Amino acid sequence: MLAWTIYITFIGVLVLLLLPRDNARAARIVALLTAIAGCVVALVGAMQQANPGEVTTIVKVTWIPAIGANYYLAADGISLTLVVLTGLAAVTGILFSWNIESRTKEFFAFFLALIGGVYGVFLSFDLLLLFVFYELTIIPKYFLIARWGSTNKEYGAMKLAIYSFVGSHLVLIGLLAAWVVARGQLGHGSLDLIELSHVVFPVAFQHWVFPLVFVGFAILAGMWPFHTWAPTGHVAAPTAGSMLLAGVVMKLGAYGCLRVAMVLFPEGVREWQWAIAALAVAGIIYGAGVALVQQDFKFVIGYSSVSHMGFVLLGLATLNTIGLDGAVLQMFSHGIIAGLLFGVVGRMVYDRTHTRDFAQLEKMNVGKLVPFAAVTFVIAGVASMGLPGFSGFVAEFQVLMGAWQVYPKLTLLSGVGIVVGVAYTLRAVQKGFYADVTAAAPAPDEHPLPAITTPERIGAVLLIAASLVIGLFPSLLLNWIEPCFKSSLFERLLKGGAL
Amino acid sequence: MSNLQYLQLLQLAAPEAIVTVTLLAVLGADLTVLRGKSLVARFNFGALLAVLGCVAAGAVALSRRVTADPFNGFLAVDPASDFIKVAILGLTVFTILISTSGKFTNHVGEYLSLLLLGTIGLMFLVSTVDVLMIFIALEFASLSLYILAAFNKHDAKSSEAALKYFLFGGMSAAFLLFGFSLLYGLSGSTNLLEIARSLAGKSSDPLLLVAIVTTVVGFGFKVAAVPFHLWAPDAYEGAPTPSAAFIGSGSKVASFYVLAKIFTLGFSGAAGSAVWQGYAAGWMPVVAVVAALSMVLGNLTAIVQTSVKRLLAYSAIAHAGYMLLGVVANTAGGAASMMFYVITYAATTIGAFGVVMIVEEATGGDAIENFAGLSRRAPVLSLCLLIFLLSLGGIPPLAGFIAKFFLFSAVVLADGGHLGLLWLVILAIAMSAVSFYYYLLVLKQAFVRDAAATTAIRVPPLTLFALVVLALLVILVGCVPGWLTQFL
Repeated sequence: MLAWTIYITFIGVLVLLLLPRDNARAARIVALLTAIAGCVVALVGAMQQANPGEVTTIVKVTWIPAIGANYYLAADGISLTLVVLTGLAAVTGILFSWNIESRTKEFFAFFLALIGGVYGVFLSFDLLLLFVFYELTIIPKYFLIARWGSTNKEYGAMKLAIYSFVGSHLVLIGLLAAWVVARGQLGHGSLDLIELSHVVFPVAFQHWVFPLVFVGFAILAGMWPFHTWAPTGHVAAPTAGSMLLAGVVMKLGAYGCLRVAMVLFPEGVREWQWAIAALAVAGIIYGAGVALVQQDFKFVIGYSSVSHMGFVLLGLATLNTIGLDGAVLQMFSHGIIAGLLFGVVGRMVYDRTHTRDFAQLEKMNVGKLVPFAAVTFVIAGVASMGLPGFSGFVAEFQVLMGAWQVYPKLTLLSGVGIVVGVAYTLRAVQKGFYADVTAAAPAPDEHPLPAITTPERIGAVLLIAASLVIGLFPSLLLNWIEPCFKSSLFERLLKGGAL
Repeated sequence: MSNLQYLQLLQLAAPEAIVTVTLLAVLGADLTVLRGKSLVARFNFGALLAVLGCVAAGAVALSRRVTADPFNGFLAVDPASDFIKVAILGLTVFTILISTSGKFTNHVGEYLSLLLLGTIGLMFLVSTVDVLMIFIALEFASLSLYILAAFNKHDAKSSEAALKYFLFGGMSAAFLLFGFSLLYGLSGSTNLLEIARSLAGKSSDPLLLVAIVTTVVGFGFKVAAVPFHLWAPDAYEGAPTPSAAFIGSGSKVASFYVLAKIFTLGFSGAAGSAVWQGYAAGWMPVVAVVAALSMVLGNLTAIVQTSVKRLLAYSAIAHAGYMLLGVVANTAGGAASMMFYVITYAATTIGAFGVVMIVEEATGGDAIENFAGLSRRAPVLSLCLLIFLLSLGGIPPLAGFIAKFFLFSAVVLADGGHLGLLWLVILAIAMSAVSFYYYLLVLKQAFVRDAAATTAIRVPPLTLFALVVLALLVILVGCVPGWLTQFL
């Protein structure tokens, strides 16, 4: 059933392409219906999966026998979590781009193509298939940003595309090498992730191939110092573009690190564990520190994404179940919260005020003009800081617990990042919305900015609700995630871990 | 030769014979029935005849499953070479289809028959294992291609292109003939199999090394590999676009097939090794160096091009570098993946040139800026361009990606699982990341920038049909590669 998330989305793309050119309304409705259908299928399919701890095959047919590639879609709890996240991101992304008027149908066609590719990555258990979907997402990203973006859009889009492409090519080198070595051991070519996870690659081989594949994926996860595409890309992208970039595309990278690099090369992970942890903490602190001094509202959120993704990587580097649980939960949580933050800044504020410069926003007193945006941002901000009750708290807390057992000093250092996180969020709230609390709200008839629309309200409520639900009942997702790390797929990875 | 042998000759050369008859029919029809008709009618009718002939020849080649070599290698037919012929015929068909809207000539009959003549030469080229016949067939095909490049008589650039192509080609032919003569002197035979037999154990013979080098030089010119590539950008830019498409597609398929045959069959005793830190003299290191240079120089130079045709020329040089990797692999798998690569590349290139031709005629030039706003002015055409260029850049799930995957995996595998050739693959993958950038530059114009003129571009239906079919083929082969690999 879950496979239909992919098919429905791509059918939506085809329908959009066939629509008449100037009917923006029809394009919006088709896109929204497609996204809702995909999201519902994702939710229902995820609920139906009886045993989220085990990899459950959805479809497996021979694809290219010569190299051992199958069309192999499957899901375990980690995939389920991220598929549901993708569904949510798709629906809210479309709600927040309801006001796109320029070439609407093409915008949504690229948007849905990106979503379809993302679903595909999260559900692929064949390496070639996963790679195909992974690269498939690059082109829509590029055009979404270059055509519909804002500040420095062509530069930001090209930078993102090249970073993605270089990253995926590093992965490709690793995959080819792994394929050849595994072929020597198995006697036949195989790209089946499950089968390859039981191949014991030579230790020396793992030591050099793991960093290649890991970094290849981690570039997209925003790992410092390969994160520089992230702020420029996020800032250049249209609102829905940044929501997707931060919400799901960065998760693709982290997911690839976990699913491919770490599962296939456990010895490589242990060799480089310290480096990943160190880079993750560097990213947490650097991202937070840089976010603190930005003048552009969107850059604040862009760098905060780098910082929060650092927690995901730190969680991955713990190699114990609690840290890994936290990492996956943080992928979900950050996807929701970052989406919301970008939605507020890009759609609710920038599309109305046409500026993201704090100096200008301070004069405008946006908090009084668009109170809904201000309130939403405050809620998203506290969720992002890691206030208990929101998803971010549960996720980052688990990551830190896991990390404390392995790297206590680094964990302490990452605490600096959390404190700075509070600071930059409060600064953004203050400068962006409440610079002059004494100013009076304008009279309704001379209101300078358009009112908040219904799609925006629905989108914001959906995302806040998702973050709250997971914050209050984390077991909803943890029941999916936790059993995964006890499955045979992760056995070799966790064998040497602390727990 | 007895009568029986003539009959057999006719049977084995049936596809070539059909194309020859078609050629005469096209020429005759254009000179008689079609005389005085409009250019479009002449082109459409001539193309119809030519396409029918090619399809018939292809059907004959595909339906027979014979392996025969009755003339001591001069005409050796087997299913593999028959399939390559079918591929060449297919490429000719698509070239003809995109030519029909061309305004570069009113000598329709001559143009089409030269195209078919070149095709015949290429078909003979792939079904021989005799170096003398290889040389004759190659020159036969090349002479047609030289004229095709010069076909736009009103454009000095076309003449320049043809002259450059001819001078370089002639020189390369001299190199090739010199190399072949050395081979004959060393082995006393012109048959590749016998040459291989008598050369076994002589791999350090200096004369053999000279023969290897001159052969590499000769074919290096033909396939436009660095440092023998200098003619390619000018020829691609100046020649009428369909001619350039044919030079970059059909002739490449045949050249690579023969190149692989000469090296893996004829020079099998003198392979040497291009393995990292395991270098040994022979043809492998020579080809590896040429491949590496082509990939690096082709891709880096393509970045700075402003003309899309020149960009495609440098990208062709880069692709020749990737393809040569398949030769370096020196395995059956390597050769098969190389042919897969060449065929999918050739089909994609014809498509890309077809789009360029239409844009050139509509906007008056082939500069990258002329593609601005194409997605609005010709939506279907721009989608075709997207598919062709992304396939050339190696984006899945298109044919170009899966071809690269096959090729690179075969090369990595070639060293018996020791990853000795991984350095070449790493270089190739790094360079393919570079290539993505310049393909994206063209696509950026088409999809992101707005054009000064917003009028719709009229695309001739036959050309559009050919381009859409090619685009669908590129997607289809990318998604279901087994459909093509079963023949290789």
